[in-house]
Amino acid sequence: MFAYCTDPASLDGLAWLSCYLTTGKHMNFYWSFGTVLLLLAITAPTALLFGYAGASAARSTLAPLRWFGQIYMAIVRSVPDIVFFLFFVIALDQGIEYLRHVTLCPDWDQPVRQGNDFVVCTAAKMPLGNAPQWMHEIYGAGLAVLTFALVFGAFAANVLFGAMRAVPRAQLETAEAYGMTRRQVTRRVLVPQMWVYALPGLSNLWMVLIKATPLLFLLGVEDIVYWARELGGTKSPRFTDYPHGDWRVYYFGFLLLFYLAFTKVSEVVLSRLMARLTLGQATAGGEAQRKAA
Amino acid sequence: MKSLILAAGAFALSGTMAFAAAHAETVRLGTEGAYPPYNFLNDAGEVDGFERALGDELCARAELTCEWVTNDWDSIIPNLVSGNYDVIIAGMSITDERDEVIDFSDPYTQPDPSAFVAMAEGDLSSGVIAAQSGTIQASYVATEMPGATLLEFATPEETVAAMRNGEADAVIADKAFLEPVVAEGDVMFVGEDILIGGGIGLGIRESDGELKAKFDTAIQSMKDDGTLNALIVEWLPGSATF
Repeated sequence: MFAYCTDPASLDGLAWLSCYLTTGKHMNFYWSFGTVLLLLAITAPTALLFGYAGASAARSTLAPLRWFGQIYMAIVRSVPDIVFFLFFVIALDQGIEYLRHVTLCPDWDQPVRQGNDFVVCTAAKMPLGNAPQWMHEIYGAGLAVLTFALVFGAFAANVLFGAMRAVPRAQLETAEAYGMTRRQVTRRVLVPQMWVYALPGLSNLWMVLIKATPLLFLLGVEDIVYWARELGGTKSPRFTDYPHGDWRVYYFGFLLLFYLAFTKVSEVVLSRLMARLTLGQATAGGEAQRKAA
Repeated sequence: MKSLILAAGAFALSGTMAFAAAHAETVRLGTEGAYPPYNFLNDAGEVDGFERALGDELCARAELTCEWVTNDWDSIIPNLVSGNYDVIIAGMSITDERDEVIDFSDPYTQPDPSAFVAMAEGDLSSGVIAAQSGTIQASYVATEMPGATLLEFATPEETVAAMRNGEADAVIADKAFLEPVVAEGDVMFVGEDILIGGGIGLGIRESDGELKAKFDTAIQSMKDDGTLNALIVEWLPGSATF
């Protein structure tokens, strides 16, 4: 990185540290923070969308749709996350490749399952075997986001389902008395009021989601915990210009600070959001705000 | 007009086919990147080590375009089988158990002895022994050392750290991995070396006979002209050559 870094063994103190902290490997570590934040930024709204769809389905007057919503919430919430992450991603990946295989290679005569192997034609590979590494990474990250969204979406669905039922029935009845249709009641009265009941549950989920990022490595995304472990491990002088002992405690200490700061900021933002949503609501919080004003 | 469209279509088709032929031979090599000197990430964050040099040379000889991928050791076989990469090149010893699930190329190292490393001399047969999970050493401790307690870790690094901080009495791993650890001075080899495993080979899907044949030919040609031995001497001093 810096010109004086060509012979790190001759450096010490801050100069050494500045070289050490700017190696290509450390750059990967810094980038992985961006990756994790980006994945969170995509996953959270997607999960909320899945949650809203799930909750709406579970409240539907159409029986099959209602069953679908209820089964989604029940199954995903009861299967251990790690099983879901290992099984579902491989199944999803193979499912996509199988569909492509059937459409792209109709005259392929060998079985797809050969013993332990899952074999599709070259053109059906997803992404193609000759695609550059970044496309593999994007695809892997996409699968990761989808899986996270599905899992956390089920929890969010349950929270939103509860929140929708917590909106006082009298509010909805009043809306109906004004002649609103079911759809209008939902959009104008139910949804705006449900957030205040949903937010405590959703903010919990957000905190859990932040801490679940190490699960990303199971899905092939090299996250911050992976790099901290890799960088902190003992490095012997034969394989690196920057030999050092077991420094994992410093790296994990740094991660601890990062996660603490991140959750703290989240808490502040969420409590402001809560104050906003409580405004004018027929809840204890709303009542307190009204009296204070 | 019609023939023009046909010609354009034929041209596009042959173009795609030529493109496919030129690139069809991209082979993805999966490694762990945490087992020096076999494979590790260098300061630039790239895969480096004995297997990097070997893999690049094998691909050149077999006229394949190769791409390096890192993967967790625990899921390295499932990901090969489901097709996320085509070859495992991760210091994986050839064993009957693994051979049931995947195929191995011809070995590119002689059977490397495994060794114990500890802070001080002690009785290994009743001690706590750290090993990486899913390795031949872990199964050796589990089956052949009934008095010892096996402590498994996901990465090789953690096994050494566990021995250093006293959680385990000794660590067992391939001797070539432990040499640089011992070279640092504060720990030592204890007990006898043991010979387990049948040399290290490339892991390849059972349905990929053609790829296996290509790599076998390339490995044989490196054995014949002595380049493989030169690599072994450079990266794995103390290991037997061919």
